[in-house]
Amino acid sequence: MQTTYLKNVSTLTLNVDKCIGCGMCVVVCPHNVFALQEKKATVLDLDRCMECGACQTNCVAEAIYVKKGVGCAAGIILGVVKGTEPTCGCSGGGCC
Amino acid sequence: MSIIKTSSTLSLSDRLGSIKVRWGIGRTIYMKEPGLYALGEPDENSPVIVTANYKLTFDIVRSKLVGFNLYILVLDTKGVNVWCAAGKGTFGTDELITRLKATHLSEVVAHRTLILPQLGAVGVAAHEIKKQTGFKVVFGPVRAEDLSTFLINEMNATPEMRQVRFPLRDRFVLIPVELVGFVLPTLLLALFLTGLSIFHHNGLYFDAHEAKIILRNTVLAYVGGVAITPICLPWIPFRSFSAKGALVGIVLVMLISAIMTPWLLIMTAISSFIAMNFTGSSTYTSLSGVQKEMRLAVPLQLAALVMGIVWFMALRLIG
Ligand code: SF4
Ligand code: SF4
Repeated sequence: MQTTYLKNVSTLTLNVDKCIGCGMCVVVCPHNVFALQEKKATVLDLDRCMECGACQTNCVAEAIYVKKGVGCAAGIILGVVKGTEPTCGCSGGGCC
Repeated sequence: MSIIKTSSTLSLSDRLGSIKVRWGIGRTIYMKEPGLYALGEPDENSPVIVTANYKLTFDIVRSKLVGFNLYILVLDTKGVNVWCAAGKGTFGTDELITRLKATHLSEVVAHRTLILPQLGAVGVAAHEIKKQTGFKVVFGPVRAEDLSTFLINEMNATPEMRQVRFPLRDRFVLIPVELVGFVLPTLLLALFLTGLSIFHHNGLYFDAHEAKIILRNTVLAYVGGVAITPICLPWIPFRSFSAKGALVGIVLVMLISAIMTPWLLIMTAISSFIAMNFTGSSTYTSLSGVQKEMRLAVPLQLAALVMGIVWFMALRLIG
């Protein structure tokens, strides 16, 4: 089952000029967003991106930008209440 | 720093502990001591698996590795699972470097390879680890149950192993946390409505039959948001969770034949709001997406609830 969320909302951008084709983004992405074509990364399906930021963290060429965050309504509400960025409110680990 | 022995066998208290965590019983953080653990009889050539110090994660990892001889390096993630900890940065580059130094791993093993859960990539930059410690990071499978296959296949993860899915079983185990989390707000709302229900056009009195209906309907809407929507998630139309929850709410209202009553608005609002919160448990929602969804949904949910309550009051005051 391939689950996709809302269309066209992800902040992911890929700078193909900077890409050195190492393939790390393909490996680390948990939603199969990237593929390597002709030694360059390409975005297969932006709508599968959950903005986890793994690709950005592991791109040595700094070719990827994504505004990393958790897609969690409770976290967003907590952020609004506290006046901070949306945060994952869990202390235990059961959630997220 | 010493190496701590561990095994693949889970004790009764390990199992009970995991049930308690799933149900959110007891607020104590479920932590494992960070450090280097030896599973079986590892030697200097044995693989090293890195994980979080959330005890449930540690227990799952070791129980899935029956018969293996290897090291498990447990990072200090403050008792939080890999997914959450990587997002927060506690399962991150700095902590891994610190833990490598503290355990003197480079003197324990002869090789220079670390196996990390794939979701750890959110917090750990493999190229930084290589640069600063000489260790090569290999991102393994997402799920611990694939670890043994991954090790047998000479550390090759199939694309299947690398993908996060959200099967029924995973959605199921997350329901208890939501059940517990929303029970108090739901009962308070039912209590509030019961309080309002004593007002009638011909005076103040308590109607036990009506109180029962209020309790049944609010609880039904709660079940819609907390359990029915998560379980049926992929089969309910719409992409947004609040819309899915609203639809479930409407279906429930139809089932109790209350479509032309205030319950249409009240129950839909409750189910939609609770379902929206399941975005936090899901494994594919993005921050930008949830923000977009909430900008539309929260005002609608509030409006529906308020209008529903006004309608509820109007019916009894006008008589
Ligand atoms: S990780 Fe960066 S450099 Fe490597 S293929 Fe992906 S975008 Fe290109
Ligand atoms: S942010 Fe996460 S889900 Fe999105 S493309 Fe990068 S690795 Fe994949």
